[in-house]
Amino acid sequence: MKFKDYYEILGCAKDTSQDDIKKAYRRLARKFHPDVNKNPEAEERFKEIGEAYEVLNDAEKRKAYDRFGSNWKAGQDFEPPPGWDTGFDFHQTRQGYAGAHDFSDFFETLFGGRGFTTDTDPHVGPRGFMSRGQDIHAKIEITLEDSYSGSSRTITLNKTVLGQGNRLISHPSSLNVTLPRGIIEGQQIRLEGQGSPGMNGPSGDLFLEIVFARHPLFNVQKRDILLSLPVAPWEAALGAIIKVPTLGGLVDLKIPPNSQNGKRLRLKGRGISSKSQTGDQYITLIIMTPPATTQQQKALYEQMSRLFSFNPRN
Amino acid sequence: MNEDCSYTVFDESTWISLSEVCRFCRVDHQHIQEMIQEGVLAPTGTSPQDWRFGVQELKRIQITIRLQQDLGVNLPGAALALDLLEELELLRNLTKNLDIAG
Repeated sequence: MKFKDYYEILGCAKDTSQDDIKKAYRRLARKFHPDVNKNPEAEERFKEIGEAYEVLNDAEKRKAYDRFGSNWKAGQDFEPPPGWDTGFDFHQTRQGYAGAHDFSDFFETLFGGRGFTTDTDPHVGPRGFMSRGQDIHAKIEITLEDSYSGSSRTITLNKTVLGQGNRLISHPSSLNVTLPRGIIEGQQIRLEGQGSPGMNGPSGDLFLEIVFARHPLFNVQKRDILLSLPVAPWEAALGAIIKVPTLGGLVDLKIPPNSQNGKRLRLKGRGISSKSQTGDQYITLIIMTPPATTQQQKALYEQMSRLFSFNPRN
Repeated sequence: MNEDCSYTVFDESTWISLSEVCRFCRVDHQHIQEMIQEGVLAPTGTSPQDWRFGVQELKRIQITIRLQQDLGVNLPGAALALDLLEELELLRNLTKNLDIAG
């Protein structure tokens, strides 16, 4: 288990006041909130910040944590000394932010699992505390090819489950998910009952939001595939038939004569199509001019300059 | 796919009712009404009974709730952040496409 420096995570000194801890947390939470910050590391940072705040914002936990003094460095192998927590009572508190279902082992070992989180409706029934499990919102990165032809994916989730002695523990579980043909970025798959388990209540749901992985060739705009296609000046001027890559393989594209740089051509229905929606592929021509290196090539360009009364700046 | 697990895809053909949206997002009708008044949501239909919400609306509700819960912003604040986030995403997409064209 690695030691976590919660002060370092929040960018605070050991003697920072509760007020300033809160300020630091708020500022970082805004910055790294996964809805705001699209950096893939943001979610991890956000969780870490939440965990640090959960400890440092709680006077009891902070005091206990401070007992470790400054001898420990972040990332160092760590085992808590026996009896380190005598005299402290960690009441379970609710922090309640989305997305953070699993705190680090470090936290779990020291503070015995975070408070059981509930969504909106914890009710105290005749059998005591009852709550439905938390929904899990996660992003799933898929390739354009996955969506183009439909696919399936096994995902592993760290779920918080009730372990021995009613302690909450993190438990990896894997799940096979079908990705329907034509699913696109921003769309979601809801898996009922695959969220966190409830306490005397039903499990929450799992929501997977689709994110497209960056493709080496194509860009994507909703269902449309965008491709930049380099062409030679003679192909653009005389017209040509060029084989272009699409998600479904190579396709003949007809370049009309006298095409200019930046011209957009459409391959209908070659984008990401679903049962009800059709996507197209758009091709933007990029005219590349061959460098003139030999005498003969230079002569040809000179001949062109005489033959064409062409000024691109007119 | 686990056989015993109900599986729903939210795409362009998804149009969900007010009670479904409340169930999926774990919010009450009141909260959704407030979001509509704030201009965060514009469902189709004229009365709450025939309101229908699309996948984009669903996402807006989820983000609004997360911003409210996680950052402690009020509804107008979350609405403003949401608008700015969407504009940012649009611009990011534009520059990404410029990158490739350039």
